[in-house]
Amino acid sequence: MSVELDVFVGNTTIMDKEVYQLWLNGYTVNDAVKVRIEGGVMEECEASAEVLLSDTMDQFRTFQMCERLLQNPAKLANQLLFQIPPDRQAMLIERYYAFDDDVVREVLGKKLSKGTKKDLDDVSAKTGITLKSCRRQFDNFKRVFKVVEELKGPLVENIKQHFLLPDQLARDYAAIVFFANNRFETGKKKLQYLTFQDFAFCAGQLINNWTVGAVDNMVEDMDVDLDKEFLQDLKDLKILITDKDLLDQHKSLVCVALRGKTKVFNEMEANFKNLSRGLVNIAAKLTNTKDVRDFFIDLVEKFIEPCKSDKWTATDVNLYLTHYTNSAHILDTFKHQNVWTRYMGVIKSCILRMYHE
Amino acid sequence: MPGKLKAKIVAGRHLPVMDRASDLTDAFVEVKFGNTTFKTDVYPKSLNPQWNSEWFKFEVDDEDLQDEPLQITVLDHDTYSANDAIGKVYIDIDPLLSSEAATVISGWFPIYDTIHGIRGEINVLVKVELFNDLNRFRQSSCGVKFFCTTSIPRCYRAVMVHGFVEELVVNEDPEYQWIDRIRTPRASNEARQRLISLMSGELQRKIGLKVLEMGGNAVVGYLQCFDLEGESGLVVRAIGTACTLDKLSNTYTPATAINPCNSSPSKDIKDSPQAVPSALGCRSTHSSPVHSASSRLSQGFSVSVPTLLFAGMKHRHRSSDGPRARQCRAGFGEEAPGVPLSSGPPTPLRAQTFSSFSPSKSYSRQSSSSDTELSLTPKTGMGSGGSAGKEAGPLKALLRQQTQTALEQREFPFFTLTSFPPGFLLHVGGVVSARSVKLLDRIHNPALGNTRSYKLLDWNSFTADEPETRDAWWEEIRQEIKSHAKALGCHAVVGYSESTSICEEVCILSASGTAAILSSRFMQDSALDTEHRLSRQQASVFTSGAEKGEGDMGSTASLGFEDLMSPGCAFCHIPYDELNMPFPAQLTYCHCCRRYKVPDVLFTTIDLPTEANVTGKGCLIQARLCRTKKKAQGEGNATAISNLLPFLEYELHTQLMNKLKLRSMNALFGLRIQISVGENMLLGLASATGVYLTALPSPGGIQIAGKTPSDITYEQHISNMQKKINDTIAKNKELYEINPPDLVEEVIGSPIPEPRQRSRLFRSHSESSDEVSELDLSHGKKDAFVLEIDDTDAVEDIHSLLTDAPTPPGFYSCNTEIMPGIYNWTSALQMFTSVRVFRLSNVNLTNQGLNKVFNDLCENLLKSLYFKLRSMVPCCLCHVNFTVAVPEDELIQVAVTAVAMSFDKDQTQENGRQSIDKNLMKAITENEDQLQFPLELSAESSSNPLNSAKGLSEVSGPLPSARAPSVDYSSFTDRCSSWIEQLRLKAHTIRCGSIKTMSSLEKASPLPEGRSRSLRSNRSYAGSSVTVVKMTPLSFIPGTKIIKYLGIINMFFIRETTSLREEGGVSGFLHSFIAEVFAMVRAHVAALGGNAVVSYNMKECVFMENPNKNQAQCLINVSGDAVIFVRESELEATPPQPHSASAQTSSSGEGT
Repeated sequence: MSVELDVFVGNTTIMDKEVYQLWLNGYTVNDAVKVRIEGGVMEECEASAEVLLSDTMDQFRTFQMCERLLQNPAKLANQLLFQIPPDRQAMLIERYYAFDDDVVREVLGKKLSKGTKKDLDDVSAKTGITLKSCRRQFDNFKRVFKVVEELKGPLVENIKQHFLLPDQLARDYAAIVFFANNRFETGKKKLQYLTFQDFAFCAGQLINNWTVGAVDNMVEDMDVDLDKEFLQDLKDLKILITDKDLLDQHKSLVCVALRGKTKVFNEMEANFKNLSRGLVNIAAKLTNTKDVRDFFIDLVEKFIEPCKSDKWTATDVNLYLTHYTNSAHILDTFKHQNVWTRYMGVIKSCILRMYHE
Repeated sequence: MPGKLKAKIVAGRHLPVMDRASDLTDAFVEVKFGNTTFKTDVYPKSLNPQWNSEWFKFEVDDEDLQDEPLQITVLDHDTYSANDAIGKVYIDIDPLLSSEAATVISGWFPIYDTIHGIRGEINVLVKVELFNDLNRFRQSSCGVKFFCTTSIPRCYRAVMVHGFVEELVVNEDPEYQWIDRIRTPRASNEARQRLISLMSGELQRKIGLKVLEMGGNAVVGYLQCFDLEGESGLVVRAIGTACTLDKLSNTYTPATAINPCNSSPSKDIKDSPQAVPSALGCRSTHSSPVHSASSRLSQGFSVSVPTLLFAGMKHRHRSSDGPRARQCRAGFGEEAPGVPLSSGPPTPLRAQTFSSFSPSKSYSRQSSSSDTELSLTPKTGMGSGGSAGKEAGPLKALLRQQTQTALEQREFPFFTLTSFPPGFLLHVGGVVSARSVKLLDRIHNPALGNTRSYKLLDWNSFTADEPETRDAWWEEIRQEIKSHAKALGCHAVVGYSESTSICEEVCILSASGTAAILSSRFMQDSALDTEHRLSRQQASVFTSGAEKGEGDMGSTASLGFEDLMSPGCAFCHIPYDELNMPFPAQLTYCHCCRRYKVPDVLFTTIDLPTEANVTGKGCLIQARLCRTKKKAQGEGNATAISNLLPFLEYELHTQLMNKLKLRSMNALFGLRIQISVGENMLLGLASATGVYLTALPSPGGIQIAGKTPSDITYEQHISNMQKKINDTIAKNKELYEINPPDLVEEVIGSPIPEPRQRSRLFRSHSESSDEVSELDLSHGKKDAFVLEIDDTDAVEDIHSLLTDAPTPPGFYSCNTEIMPGIYNWTSALQMFTSVRVFRLSNVNLTNQGLNKVFNDLCENLLKSLYFKLRSMVPCCLCHVNFTVAVPEDELIQVAVTAVAMSFDKDQTQENGRQSIDKNLMKAITENEDQLQFPLELSAESSSNPLNSAKGLSEVSGPLPSARAPSVDYSSFTDRCSSWIEQLRLKAHTIRCGSIKTMSSLEKASPLPEGRSRSLRSNRSYAGSSVTVVKMTPLSFIPGTKIIKYLGIINMFFIRETTSLREEGGVSGFLHSFIAEVFAMVRAHVAALGGNAVVSYNMKECVFMENPNKNQAQCLINVSGDAVIFVRESELEATPPQPHSASAQTSSSGEGT
């Protein structure tokens, strides 16, 4: 004796948020039923486990049928198959595209390819998130990437428009797309301490300041690719470290400004040339794609680690970078003020975000 | 040739990828009507093609317009191979043929393929230009309106109710044609869909012709069904009630906005000149004399008696079919002249039109089935229709003749309506039903030649045509019903419906209804419709009525007055003669008026009359039964089934009665008994809504008696059970708020004619005072319902009694339109369909085991529904419609369609204004939640001063703050656009400078406005959002007013798959199919410009699977009425609850 078929279809599609979340989390029907039983929904409504199972199956099936639409959220609004109130639609989409920071951290900067997808079971094992959920998240990244890759206009806006996502989520996806496109290395051990939100912040900075879109807003890939001209111009900054006079001048200006304002003054003074070389060299090398990928590693190795070993506080770093940036403007022979500002603005905010005490 | 059909293909979207190489599609469209086909250009390489075609014009007969659907096929162009079909859309253009319905069909339709389901959408525009046709001999019936709604539609008033119309057409089922062996499943499915579409078009047209002939302009309660008889063919049949309806033209003027349309026809009828009950009003009093004679009613079955009046069953088999059928013909011939009232020239329609109601003995009795005796019992008392009247004396005769005048010339005085304009339904006798078991044979097909012709030859006097056979079958049953109604002293049958259950070659035909006496008010002119044929009779009847009337003028008048005084109970008064009761029953004096006799229980198939006095709330009551049957073939099988049927019905009835008593109720409404036959079992499911009618006596309890009270433990057991039952009764009384008014004072105050009655009243008094303790013993054998426990059946009964779980708190359920006792509905509603199939793996089940399985299946299904809908609490499941089937050997299928409606708990006492505000608030907050146009809204609230004139202002204040997480997904788009419209109008009025002008302005342009509005909303949101379409099995939507009926929706779909597993198994397959059906219904309604479907019904859901082959097939047939509704709050301050409103007005109206 068994129930062979069991369906429930409402004119307005009934969807329980809690069950939806369980589905998104990649639970099997039986696991989901267990979770629901523990959640106490049975006592609340005098239901039996049987009823709960039937309800869960039914809703999982509904979600599965909706999944095709969720993958193209714009369709959800004008499809005819399911009558879903707009607020519900928004909820469905937002939750479907929500992701776990732990999962995205694992694939950030990797090529969104089949190979990476195969490694998801490791990600699943490491993060404790079901493989099914990892796959959904990965597929979402990939889908968003594919769609916006070829679109003109600002990245975040494109994502918002095509996937009907709220602002913050769209920004996060922009970061993911940006990282995937530029293949920034984020997996190295030295970078492990950084969270997805750190990277997302940095991505935002880069997108807003270093991409083509920062100067011209109607080009293809404007927000995804770094501004080549700008990267070329960055080479000119090398003068700051190759010209001995300029370097000394720069150092003395910074030292004057910082004297007595920081506890790590001596370390700073001793390390100035190293640090300055580090930052300027990063800038000069960015024309190479390979070095672009190592951008974050370089920042950590060339700047953050030396400062850390000297026990700088975040305030020290902030102070140093502020004066380091400003002093260069006072240098008479340094002509590349605009490039310097554009470069250092981003470097400063990235380093500050990445500098965990 | 009076019609030009124009179609334009605008665009497509979301098309499937047909070319793997490019991931795109080269789509074009074929538009076909009749034999003419047009094509659009190919729109290359796009999934969202923009054809924007010219207007394709078809010049066609209106006959074709009615029969044929417009067929749109979307194809993928392929240069080298055959073009691939993407899918089809069938558009029924019937709604465009009536001037009052839709004027244009325009919108996105899902492109449907029977194998792949919905594959994208297509935007289509369709128009019809109709020329007037004055040809008398025309075959078309354009302009006749059809309604599924089983009451007078809400923006019409009934000028006249003409009566029963029926028709059936047959054809071979394409699925069983030889060609089916060589064509693809898709082709065969499409052939079937198209054929059924054609057949139902034809059927509708033919019914329309009958209606025109009767002088009507509409069919209400139109019920169309398919019988898939397999090898023997396909029958499409329909029944309905022909009416003359008048559109309430003033719906939009402020005056009527105050008495909203939803107030039901009642009021509107009052205004109508016709309805002024002059001579006719007197006639409606006719009923009284009989009652004073004292008698008592019953619902046709009373358990203690084996008189199953309703169980008329016949078993016909092949060999005897012919002769017997001939006999039946002969019977008609003989009897017709014998009955004076029905004599007259034959109607143009059918030769057998007045086959008298004298019982069908001549033909039906001869059958060998065991149950004939049962059905005979009641009838013996009355002999023939005429004699009953005579025996009852002059008064009775008067009554009969007066009320029958209009009805009796009709072949079948049947009405498919379930609720009536006030004053129409006078008395209710009880449920009448008839079943007949038939053996199916191949439908006449000349090509097949002689193998079958022996049978056809039996019909020598007729052209041996199969429709005639099926017609004859139904005719038999209808005669049976008619004679049952006679036996109950009634001249009409209301709430009438017909159904079939087919298994292999055995077919059970069932018909049921409620015997009733109707006022002739709406039928007075019925003679006109059949032209001169009746006029003579009419005259004679009038005179005879007058003669008799004189003799009894006094009593008639006074009693009639009495009748009007207590309209809430009149319909309960027994229509039959107490001295000549059709079956033993206990009668008491009406607890409301104390003048007429009422039965102790009342079963009906109709909705609770709005004026009825009800104590407490009602609830869904179901009796479920499953009986095994030996597998058999042909005649043997048919005999076995007809032998089982009476027992099945008897037990169902017993169960119903027990459950009714257990809930301490005394009447059932909306009773629907479904018998479904499978190869090795019979299923019976009876659903009804139990209520406590104040007029009827309080039901006694249930007493359990053991036959062998020897054993102490046994007695213990019995007393335990007794206690349980008593507890349940007490609990139920509380749950359903059944506190019948204390009767003491009334007893003292009212004149009590007979001592017998006094004692009775005292009894009921004592009963109400100390209920529980005395339940069983105090009334002794008279009232307490005795269950003898020795009986295994009784054990089963008790079992099923006690296993029925009560509904969870906050839930109510009923299978009628509304729940008595709940008036303050909110606008939150959720229609749903749920289907379950249960496999019995254990083949050797006993009856009891089977019963339990079936019972649990239904109970669990209900529990699941309650759980699913828990977010809507407090809520009521209304119009719960169960359908059972035995698709295969060990499978039981149960399908439920119902609507869940929320109501306001706190506000039991409804007072107009407040609840409107509340409703309005809710509506607005809801809308605001989902609103896409905050701008318009804020503009709205800022225009406060103006608003105040319109009753909107109350809400504009709290509007931004009060924001509830709403469940309801109402037609906010429509609302928004109408707001915009109101704004515009307001702007206009500012210029006019007067608020009054404004309101009149707003309402002045009724329909075009509504239409253009919805059109506009379609337009402006095209591509961004979809018109919300509400669906409900009820005839109304709470808190709204239906302003226009756009036409009937009657759709038939087939879905098949050869990749069942890949589609998520049977559940996945059916789930998506049902969702697709809903989507297609919504799309069609939206394209007609509507925003809701009322009286929605899933009439058929046939599911077949073959998991081994990874295949499944499903057929679904749905129907309903497409409408445009507006929120009441948008119109004017009106009482939000239609039923309570009409109840109030009608009762007050009745009093005057």
